[in-house]
Amino acid sequence: MVGSFRAELLKLSKRPATWLLLGIALSLGALFAYVIPYLGATSGTTGATADRGLAATLPANIVGNTLGGYPVFLGALLVVLGVLFVGGEYGWGSWKTVLTQGPSRTTVLVGKFGVLALTSLGFVLAILLMGTVASVLIAVAEDASMTFPSAFDIVRGIGAGWLIATMWTMFGAVLGILLRGVALAVGLGLVWMLAVQNLISQLAAPLLPWVDSAQRGLPGPGAGALVASLGAPTGTPGVEALMGGGPATLVVAAYLVFFVALGAVVLRRRDIL
Amino acid sequence: MEPVVCEKLTKRYGEVVAVQDLDLSVRAGEVYGFLGPNGAGKTTTLRMLLGLVRPTSGRVLLHGKPPGDLSGVGALIEGPAFYPYLSGRDNLRVLARYAGVDDRRIDVVLDLVDLSDRARHKFATYSLGMKQRLGVAAALLKDPQLLILDEPTNGLDPAGMADMRALIRRLGAAGSTVLISSHLLGEVEQICDRVGIVARGALVAENTVAEMRSEAGLRIAAAPVDDAAAWLRLLLGPSAVSVVDGALDVTVSPSRAAEINESMVKAGIAVSELRTRERDLEQVFLELTGGESNGR
Repeated sequence: MVGSFRAELLKLSKRPATWLLLGIALSLGALFAYVIPYLGATSGTTGATADRGLAATLPANIVGNTLGGYPVFLGALLVVLGVLFVGGEYGWGSWKTVLTQGPSRTTVLVGKFGVLALTSLGFVLAILLMGTVASVLIAVAEDASMTFPSAFDIVRGIGAGWLIATMWTMFGAVLGILLRGVALAVGLGLVWMLAVQNLISQLAAPLLPWVDSAQRGLPGPGAGALVASLGAPTGTPGVEALMGGGPATLVVAAYLVFFVALGAVVLRRRDIL
Repeated sequence: MEPVVCEKLTKRYGEVVAVQDLDLSVRAGEVYGFLGPNGAGKTTTLRMLLGLVRPTSGRVLLHGKPPGDLSGVGALIEGPAFYPYLSGRDNLRVLARYAGVDDRRIDVVLDLVDLSDRARHKFATYSLGMKQRLGVAAALLKDPQLLILDEPTNGLDPAGMADMRALIRRLGAAGSTVLISSHLLGEVEQICDRVGIVARGALVAENTVAEMRSEAGLRIAAAPVDDAAAWLRLLLGPSAVSVVDGALDVTVSPSRAAEINESMVKAGIAVSELRTRERDLEQVFLELTGGESNGR
């Protein structure tokens, strides 16, 4: 088990795509959570999202502000990471190379899921660090308050971010297993993240009450409600307080368990061709 | 205990039967050639041996145990598959971690396949032959007692093929059991102790190379050839004689050569040549497989 974890860690850490995705996540996070809101606030423009103001970008709000990306765009990047990490084994035909070294399929999958969970935590911490640096720079520039959230709030935010990020990587991983590859899995994963979720919440839910109820059981709205309960700015795509933090946590955790179980069952049952 | 045993092994993909009631046993310490045309079911059989594919029915035992425990088993199946962004050495490091093998073994296997000089380069930059050698290096990581190699000389140049054969012979001589699948008859003839020939998913023959080739007869040049053929058919039966390229191929024990020669001379037939006809493996192979290729 430890050997498989170490093997997967070596593969993921040496893969350029991992660092590229992290770089994109940090760049987009900085751009949309700090640079654009700051420029908007300081230039005095008015618009649909102008109500966020400067306060959202200050150190007191780093938890909510950095969590705001997880329901959609950071989530999409993490889905891509999960697909690449697991679906790539099909694309390169490397499952047979790995499995003929002796580990069971379950052992390999535990290693993979463990490394994806660890990497998700790394993403969350890196984005929080980026948010901290950005908010401090803004506070210094604007001579604003340097008050940070409590340690409890920070740890709770990290935990929520980690849960959501891991759930999305597992979603990507299970797509890679079900579709035995990368291309279709990435495509369908992104269609779900960027189109279907929005269509459900913006188009279908307002029209049909049962859709409005049912969407509370979906992973995206669950993640959106969880980050909203921790202070993520509403108006950010996917962030909506459809339910409280407790039920939202349960929804996201249930999907995490479901994706892990589904991936394990399918990989164990199928032939490696 | 025999390292590899298959009993009534069958694999169906819907209506397509890839392997049918295959019985196979590989003895400890031998180099066994698993020979068959493309699509005959060789790779599917090897995948079932390694637990990558579940048999529809039948049984597989590796060292007396069902597939799953691959300790002491090394394998290269259907071409090398590695991570293109990693170097050859890092690919082996990854696999050594899965296998629970010390990293020091990596240098040993790289040296065995003559890849030490390129070990730091990315796998994506390797030639086909180098990729194949890395695949064999990975199969050797565990210093296996049983080595299963699927077409191991694919993509190698003549020198590389000779090196690979020499390596396999060395492993066999050192006591390893080697199961090698191939469609290259010369290769199998040179390095294998025993051969199993598979066609349309079934084992159609299994024997030593020498015995397969010795199921022979006599080659007789005689005149008039039609009279000679008629006389021998009378003597040995119609199915024992065929006219090939103006001479006679006769299915009969070579020990009867003198007796047959005498009878033909007494019958007024001029015999200009009479020799033992030893079939080559290609001839045996084509007879047993019906000369098929890509049969499924």
